[in-house]
Amino acid sequence: MARKDLLDIESLERRDIESLLDQSVPFKELFTRSVKKVPALKGKSVLMLFYEPSTRTHSSFEVAAKRLSADVTNFDVGQSSITKGESVRETIETLQAMRTDYVIVRHKNSGLPGVIARHTKASVINAGDGAHAHPTQALLDAFTIKEKFPDPSGRKVLIVGDILHSRVARSTTMILQKLGVQVAHLGPGSLVPKLNRDVTRFTNYEAAMDWQPDIVYLLRVQMERQDVQFFPSLREYHQLYGITDLRLEQIRERGLYIMHPGPVNRGVELCDSVMDYERSLINDQVENGIAARMAVLYWLKPGSEQQDP
Amino acid sequence: MEDRTLSADDINDGIRKLADAIRDRTGDSPVALVGIRSRGDEVAERVLNLLGEEDRELAFGMLDISLYRDDFEHLHDNPALQGSDIGFAVDGAHVILVDDVLFTGRTIRAALDALSDYGRPAKVELAVLIDRGHREMPIQPDYVGIALDTRRLDHVLVSLEGSDGSDQVRIVQAIDSQSS
Repeated sequence: MARKDLLDIESLERRDIESLLDQSVPFKELFTRSVKKVPALKGKSVLMLFYEPSTRTHSSFEVAAKRLSADVTNFDVGQSSITKGESVRETIETLQAMRTDYVIVRHKNSGLPGVIARHTKASVINAGDGAHAHPTQALLDAFTIKEKFPDPSGRKVLIVGDILHSRVARSTTMILQKLGVQVAHLGPGSLVPKLNRDVTRFTNYEAAMDWQPDIVYLLRVQMERQDVQFFPSLREYHQLYGITDLRLEQIRERGLYIMHPGPVNRGVELCDSVMDYERSLINDQVENGIAARMAVLYWLKPGSEQQDP
Repeated sequence: MEDRTLSADDINDGIRKLADAIRDRTGDSPVALVGIRSRGDEVAERVLNLLGEEDRELAFGMLDISLYRDDFEHLHDNPALQGSDIGFAVDGAHVILVDDVLFTGRTIRAALDALSDYGRPAKVELAVLIDRGHREMPIQPDYVGIALDTRRLDHVLVSLEGSDGSDQVRIVQAIDSQSS
């Protein structure tokens, strides 16, 4: 069933998720053609509303929209004036006046994309809001995992890092659980909250490895959010939770896959050699992100029934 | 008027007729049969099987035209994609597009657009198992298996062995089809 917005993973039924993942496959196949573009969204407009800096997600959405032949506009929003409710309302009114069909929103406040969605006819896609959700990241992660494990049910994914502040951890954990994947979290005790009782929690790398994951998913250490120090130093983080050369050897022996949402802090989440590791899926994630976002844009129907809050 | 049906024999005759006509017209030069999903791919495959006994270069492909439709505005849900599979070089190829039913011609318009995004064929022809008339675009088939007289609002429901389990065509009269 088509819907207007994509704000989080919670509101997706398992069959919606599976259909979006299936539909990402034919979009990815387009990338091998000499003409990578299809006319499905010809004449539609996509507005990029990024209140937080992002190069990867921004350009991934932009490429996805352009490969569907939509027109993309970047709505330049400064870092400053936005937190006030008033300016958000003004932005919404501007969106309405521009008659844009799709709005891609990233904002540091959880729930802001939902507010915009309720007040506009445009389809709103949450490209990351605070520590709340990053649904297209979750879809591309699940898509990447399904390429390696067509039936991912029962597989084990270990997510490592600052779980507490991570919308990626939240959304990706959610989607994997909906697909029957077992998820465990590893990180400093204060940063590994009890998200739900189905998630196994670890604070020690070796103990987490004994859980025998199929995939190790490293979260990005948010350098810019280190105003409060949650761990003593980056070097210590690397020693405790990072993929060091020594740990990579064990990972290689066991044939585990490595994922990371990017951009990577080399020497923090992982050592340089991971980039050449044959089972690193980090580049697959980038390519799959475009396909998954095309599938989302193609699925949503602007102007359809507005969703209840 | 009662609903009409075509039998498995009619369908096989239609497919044979397509294969014969393609053989007559294209001789032993290389051709690529591209079936439009769904069911056009099965028709193409069955035509190909009949041509396959010959000693010539035959290529096969499948085209999903969903992303090239002209009616997204009117659809509640966008059509589910099945994906295309064009495993040969389209540049310079002699392509025969194959579909099960030719009606308004809009699908073929979309297929021509989709095909051109894979390359520039030397020649494109159109083969259809059933031509039911009522074109809305300047598109005509080069090869026709079965020419069917229908009214504009009739439904032509095609089942094929591979896709649906058995070969059959039903022509279902629209309830209100006085004005044809």
